[in-house]
Amino acid sequence: MALSDEFQALTKSFSGFGVDEKSMISVLGKWHKDDIKSYRKESPHFVQDDRLFEKWVDPRVAFLEHEFLRFKNAVVLWTMHPWERDARLMKEALDGQAYGVIIEVACTRSSEELLGARRAYHSLFDHSIEEDVASRVNDSHRKLLVGLVSSYRYEGTKVQEAIAKSEAKILFAAKKNADKKNPIEDEEVVRIVTTRSKPHLKAIFKHCKEINEDVDDESILAKTMQCLCTPQTYFSKVLDASLCHGADENTKKALTRVIVTRADEEDMKAIKEEYHKQHGVSLSKNIDDVVNGNFKDFLLTLIARGD
Amino acid sequence: MATLLAPEDFSPGEDAMALNKAFEGWGTDEKTIIWILGHRNADQRKQIRLAYQEIYLEDLIKKLKYELSGDFERAVCHWILDPVEREAVLAYEAIIKNYRPDYRVILETALTKSAEELLTVKRTYQFLYKRSLEEDVASHTAGDMRKFLVAVVSVYRYEGEEIEEEVAHSEANILGDEIQGGGGSGGGCGGGALKGAEEIIRILSTRSKPQLLATFNYYKQIHGTSITKSLGGDPADEFSAALRAAIQCIKNPKRYLQKVVSHSMNRVGTEEDALSRVIVTRAEKDLKEMKDVYLEKTGRSLDDAVASETTGDYKAFLLTLLGNQDYF
Repeated sequence: MALSDEFQALTKSFSGFGVDEKSMISVLGKWHKDDIKSYRKESPHFVQDDRLFEKWVDPRVAFLEHEFLRFKNAVVLWTMHPWERDARLMKEALDGQAYGVIIEVACTRSSEELLGARRAYHSLFDHSIEEDVASRVNDSHRKLLVGLVSSYRYEGTKVQEAIAKSEAKILFAAKKNADKKNPIEDEEVVRIVTTRSKPHLKAIFKHCKEINEDVDDESILAKTMQCLCTPQTYFSKVLDASLCHGADENTKKALTRVIVTRADEEDMKAIKEEYHKQHGVSLSKNIDDVVNGNFKDFLLTLIARGD
Repeated sequence: MATLLAPEDFSPGEDAMALNKAFEGWGTDEKTIIWILGHRNADQRKQIRLAYQEIYLEDLIKKLKYELSGDFERAVCHWILDPVEREAVLAYEAIIKNYRPDYRVILETALTKSAEELLTVKRTYQFLYKRSLEEDVASHTAGDMRKFLVAVVSVYRYEGEEIEEEVAHSEANILGDEIQGGGGSGGGCGGGALKGAEEIIRILSTRSKPQLLATFNYYKQIHGTSITKSLGGDPADEFSAALRAAIQCIKNPKRYLQKVVSHSMNRVGTEEDALSRVIVTRAEKDLKEMKDVYLEKTGRSLDDAVASETTGDYKAFLLTLLGNQDYF
């Protein structure tokens, strides 16, 4: 490889989603001091210091740290007990006010899984998750989030159709009224969404679609309903956003989180199918294109389980 | 300690046959029913139900419902259930059966138990009624009462002993703000309308019990009066009454239940459902200590009170559960 090609390869391996270890080894491993110096002079990752040396640009080091850590984080998360995993994810989300992640964990897990996470939360943080969410969320999200993390839903298939229909009308009316009152502050909406069983909510979702085609939007309520009724659609969206060029750190983190937490579930198959349907390419192909190194290999292996 | 007196040796088959004999003929031999069932613990009662089903191909409970009536029937049919099942059934009846849910039963169910015990009741409820306790409570209540009751039955409280003093202090102040808002200025004015309910619901329904006790203590220190006194006594305000009941139940469950029993016999006409409920649910647990509390607080023995306020088979049954052998 010509030196300029090697420069490019190295820059690429420092810049992407996850780091390209092989490239780093093969290029850096054989360079002389002079090659490295030339690289420093040319690369955007370094800047000329007043005292006449090329200095690493600090934000680039921080960026690299994140990228190097992705594999380690994925491994640690993967080996964790699902209860500890979910408890830590929710705590981190609460600390960072990433309410979407709290909704994701609380809504896409089974009743027993969520209960397990709540138990683990007791052990890890000496509080119940209810009290932490309730005392730290002070805005319009509070009622919804507390209700969702406290839920212990009935998991049988029995659904009261008539009630589902009337509750669909309530949700629909709340959505229509959204500019006057935030739907997630509506008592009836919160009651329905935080206490009803998933089969019941799926029936509601079906009725809502019958009343009005445009049920999916970016509102919190829509996201919550999606997590509860069609999690594969939700996950497919989140994964796609994480693979977009220029995504922020929170969005990128979702890639590890979703794949590690869903890899052993029935979900993953449905997520892959939905992803392919929505985006025309397979999830594996996109990951292969966008992600680097060991991190990429690990994710691809996880996704391929059960194939 | 339990007040129930049950023999070590027993034969479920013999008991089932004796019960069946009690059902035969013109009337029902209530004394035998009381004598047998009133002296069997949960495990023994379960075996009797199974034996009865095996021998007579009938559900013993259905039979009892058919043969007995009134308060006696309700008490016996609740008594015969397995304790966890009973809690689920009592909660269901409290929500569904009346025009308005009996919030006291829901609070007792949720607050006199450990987090795991409450969970077991909720699982049993789902199994029996194909819905969650939370969704039934939610769909039959409204407003602040709904928010409160749903939160209280949903929570999976932290059960460690740790207390955060700062949090207890600040939350005592927050409670003070919400409660004293309507009444007068300064401490000690009860009876005013609540300024808001959000924070009091949040604190009561999410904090651990030790944490709450610390908060109540600080409340008294800061405001010079206990939190329950501050909440006032307007009987028409059901929500405030529910808050007071919850706080009392958290502070001292035995004392709270003793009060429920006292009130049930206080009025013109006894409130049998409440009386039965407490005696039936505690006879195998701590009814003995409750009798001591009752004596201490009222100067009268609970046995005497029940004997004078109730009649007939119902009375005989309750007294048997209270540990009286010599009533017959």
